[in-house]
Amino acid sequence: MLFFSYFKELVGKEVTVELKNDLAIRGILHSVDQYLNIKLENIRVVDQDKYPHMLSVRNCFIRGSVVRYVQLPPDGVDIDILHDATRREARGP
Amino acid sequence: MSWAGPEDIFLSTSLASYLDKKLLVLLRDGRKLLGVLRSFDQFANVVLEGACERVIVGDLYSDIPLGLYVIRGENVVLIGELDLEREEIPAHMICVSVAEIRRAQKAERDATDLKGSMRKRMEFLDLD
Repeated sequence: MLFFSYFKELVGKEVTVELKNDLAIRGILHSVDQYLNIKLENIRVVDQDKYPHMLSVRNCFIRGSVVRYVQLPPDGVDIDILHDATRREARGP
Repeated sequence: MSWAGPEDIFLSTSLASYLDKKLLVLLRDGRKLLGVLRSFDQFANVVLEGACERVIVGDLYSDIPLGLYVIRGENVVLIGELDLEREEIPAHMICVSVAEIRRAQKAERDATDLKGSMRKRMEFLDLD
């Protein structure tokens, strides 16, 4: 639940999602769910020429299971709050 | 995807907003399917109506009609909403027949195999 809550805080920020098939997509985080499925808006594919079929895609849904990385803006993270939340989560119920 | 309440519709990562829209579905095996979303579930299983597979080899492309498809969610990589006002395909690409794209696919596969086998033979040289 930690990362789900964390991503909910990042809704509206620009992120780059790198998939396991090496496709990287930059876009505004529209929403996330418990499976960490991601919806991006106003996307731009990194290395667009390699992926001509994505030309007219504006918004997309990405299945959580295929995500390798989510690259975040450096100022999108409050590290201290994240640390605290992680420690709380690690402490257990 | 949990079932959202009415106020969650805007924030939810549900595929509901994609219903009855023409979509691009990327599969794990690299295939690209286009079609209209008719149904989905929490596993991202998807029903596409009027599905076709868009095969792209270099500057050539072809759409192979498939009909009504049920896609198992574990194979889905990405579901993209096609913006009808933008061009789906770069202007320089040429639409060809299914037979021709199959030939082009085979040629590309043979070229990759050849490169692979040549590389294997050259490995002993330790050039890089």
